[in-house]
Amino acid sequence: MANLEIDFCGIKSPNPFWLASAPPTNSGYQVQKAFEQGWGGAVWKTIGAPVLNVCNRYGTIDYKGSKIVGLNNVELISDRPVEVNLKEIREVKRNFPGHAVIVSVMVESKKEAWQEIVKRIEDTGADGLELNFGCPHGMSERGMGSAMGQVPEYTCMVTEWVMDVAKTPVVVKLTPNVTDIVQPARAAINGRASALSLINTINSIMGVDLDNFQIIPDVGGKGGHGGYAGPAVKPIALHLLSAVASDAEVRRSGVPISGIGGIETWRDALEFILLGATSVQVCTAVMHWGFRIVEDMIDGLSNWMDDKGFKSVKELVGKSVPRISSFGDFDLGFQTVARIDHDKCIQCNLCYIACNDAAHQCIDLKDLKLTGENQERPWPVVREEDCVGCDLCSKVCPIDDCITMVEVETGRPHVTWNELTRQKPEILDWDKMEQYRKQANIKIH
Amino acid sequence: MVEHYKPQKYKAWELTLEERFQEYFPPLSEREAVTEANRCLFCHDAPCMTACPTHIDIPTFIKKIATGNVKGSARTILESNLLGATCARVCPVEELCEGACVLAHDHKPIMIGRLQRYATDYASERKIRYFEPGPANGFRVAVVGAGPAGLSCAGELAKRGFDVTCFEKKPLAGGLDTYGIVVFREPVEVSLAEVKMVEELGVKVKTNHAVGADVKFEDLIAEYDAVFLGVGLGAVPDLDIPGEELSGVVDGLEFIEQTKIKPLHTIEFGKRVCVVGAGNTAIDCVTIARRLGAERAMIVYRRSEAEMPCYHFEYEFALKEGVSFMFLTQPVEVVGKDGKVEGLRCVRMDLGGPDASGRRVPIPIPDSEFILHCDMVIKAIGQKKHHGVLEKLAEFGVKNSKGYILVDPATNRTDHPKIFAGGDCVRIRGEASTVMAVQDGKIAARAIYEQLVGSGAARKAESAASKRK
Repeated sequence: MANLEIDFCGIKSPNPFWLASAPPTNSGYQVQKAFEQGWGGAVWKTIGAPVLNVCNRYGTIDYKGSKIVGLNNVELISDRPVEVNLKEIREVKRNFPGHAVIVSVMVESKKEAWQEIVKRIEDTGADGLELNFGCPHGMSERGMGSAMGQVPEYTCMVTEWVMDVAKTPVVVKLTPNVTDIVQPARAAINGRASALSLINTINSIMGVDLDNFQIIPDVGGKGGHGGYAGPAVKPIALHLLSAVASDAEVRRSGVPISGIGGIETWRDALEFILLGATSVQVCTAVMHWGFRIVEDMIDGLSNWMDDKGFKSVKELVGKSVPRISSFGDFDLGFQTVARIDHDKCIQCNLCYIACNDAAHQCIDLKDLKLTGENQERPWPVVREEDCVGCDLCSKVCPIDDCITMVEVETGRPHVTWNELTRQKPEILDWDKMEQYRKQANIKIH
Repeated sequence: MVEHYKPQKYKAWELTLEERFQEYFPPLSEREAVTEANRCLFCHDAPCMTACPTHIDIPTFIKKIATGNVKGSARTILESNLLGATCARVCPVEELCEGACVLAHDHKPIMIGRLQRYATDYASERKIRYFEPGPANGFRVAVVGAGPAGLSCAGELAKRGFDVTCFEKKPLAGGLDTYGIVVFREPVEVSLAEVKMVEELGVKVKTNHAVGADVKFEDLIAEYDAVFLGVGLGAVPDLDIPGEELSGVVDGLEFIEQTKIKPLHTIEFGKRVCVVGAGNTAIDCVTIARRLGAERAMIVYRRSEAEMPCYHFEYEFALKEGVSFMFLTQPVEVVGKDGKVEGLRCVRMDLGGPDASGRRVPIPIPDSEFILHCDMVIKAIGQKKHHGVLEKLAEFGVKNSKGYILVDPATNRTDHPKIFAGGDCVRIRGEASTVMAVQDGKIAARAIYEQLVGSGAARKAESAASKRK
């Protein structure tokens, strides 16, 4: 069986599956129960500044029968006294010395306050700290959370304060609510952070109640933005992770990354790992189904690794990062066309209408007189010479493997935009572009 | 592939004989399985799991199908039930897991049986081996009968390091899973693959070994540290009416058995077939007769629809197959000419007050005799007890009640400390008999382990196993 153990800047964990700092890690009871069920680590729900919570705290997006495709919240950091949290952290660490216990922390922007709480946390025996520079609601209005993470200078400054006194590894958790996440990532590294984690939740308004015009969630007649999470945010999280993981400065620093954002299954987790995460953190899926989902995460990852011949998670971390590329480096000569398997086609003809109304009008409806039923209905047929290979038709097709995109050789040069514009800068002129297209056998239908 | 997406249309006259005996339900496609798996709510403390006699962790195996971990899904099933592939096909899921599904209240319940088949088929097509024999503990156990109870017990014992020999009187192992379940419900290969899995755990399966004839019971007791009996029940009893010796009167179980082991075109069947009895075996016989090509196939049953012992879904299936039901009809004589069946003389019945079992007693209506013309009569009125075995067991102090071996339900131990038993030979009620038999085998294996290896050691080994996980 594959070895799932990880070493995250010195923090050992039996597997890469951690609970994110959130309601599931609010207490010792919860974290111990999670560890018993297989979670490798937990980032304790943020402790620090005193708070008062409101209700309702959650809004969800349900999509066509699926509950909680997205979840937003306006819950604040831990509302339990710091002393109580520290006592429980100490107990958990004593009972589970082999598991990763990391404490998320957030206090007002004062050096003394940060340095004092860091010492108190480290006194519990916790394995590390996570600096919450991402919480987008409630705390940010008080100058904490994302208010820190959105200003690289603050990120660097507070990280330095912490690093001046910290003896255990310090993870800086980044907010996605910025224009370029690489900037705060670099700032954290400049502040000597041991590791990064991302993403925190995304600013969101979940909806409006059409009967009473109320904002969802409804907090006593008012509502506002909250942090968005769950499966819906995964592609955004993967992008931000890959942006950070492929940044030269981040790579040079060698700091590990903990991936967060919509992870629900072992497959999701694996994608984060392949894009550079050493550990992954989960919240929404646990809020939906409980801690027990980790059993399949461990089993599924392990089976996949066995089947593919991987021995340790380490081999997988960042394996797909080199494939992250910019548009200018894509191969302009790579051509695919859609092929429809008429044995599988059920004649819904969604591919036809998608191509006709929203793409490049290269699927025709023809009376093919194929044997079988529905003789009176026409069949979709691709005009391959006009197909631009956009792939929309296969995306709308409801049948697996009915429409496949097949690579074809066109004789066009395999050149990238960057190479081409270096060799022929004149093609940025439309006339010259037209000439190049003729010469390169590129027809625009 | 495309067939998966089209509604099944059964038109017997359009199908070949072989096609008519393919599995009735087509396998789920990946898309169907994943879509259905995603419909599962993943309930906490799920009622389906409690309803399963072997307590398979159903929400977990379904979740694993949804996440694409089908390999892990099959392990989850087989850890609780080594015969998960058979149970996926033969379990009365409407009465068990699917009947308990919380979605049954206002949606359709999850197709648990079909999903279980999807996962176990995946594992078996890829020949995935999940379990290894445990480290040898030096104890030897004899298992008599290689049906579901025996195989389950043998496999679970082998996982715990026992040296197990299984004695089976028939040429093939698997018991009724191999011989007695209609082939369009479970192909014989599924059962034989389970036998192979148990053999791969180191269990020696000796077929054509009848205990009593080829092997002496006394020797088993003397030579082995424990004996598990999963001997099932015997042949279908006689109807006890005149004419039963005529050619064309057949034993229902033997009739089903032919479809499992003989080429279909070599099986003799009547044009007009009467099946006596209304249990699940009777339904199997009558639907087989239809699919073989009988023009008319009838169930002859002395009570009414309400008293039929078969499952409701079996009844519905038979109706769809074009079977006719002669209720309140009691056969009194098989009539024939030149030694061959020509009809079944019956008397019409009425229902009186309830009997000891609570069912209303059928009472013959005077002067109501009539003849059902037929050229084949299939007997399907239950199974005989193995009286020879019971008498032999009695010599060892093993008691029985009305022909069923008495066991302690917590351990499946008989009154003799070395003798355990399970499956149909201990079960007075025959419902869900395969999955109940599997559970009997599991319970007995655990009890044998605790008795011989010791409960302290048992706990230690289990905790080591859970750590390995």
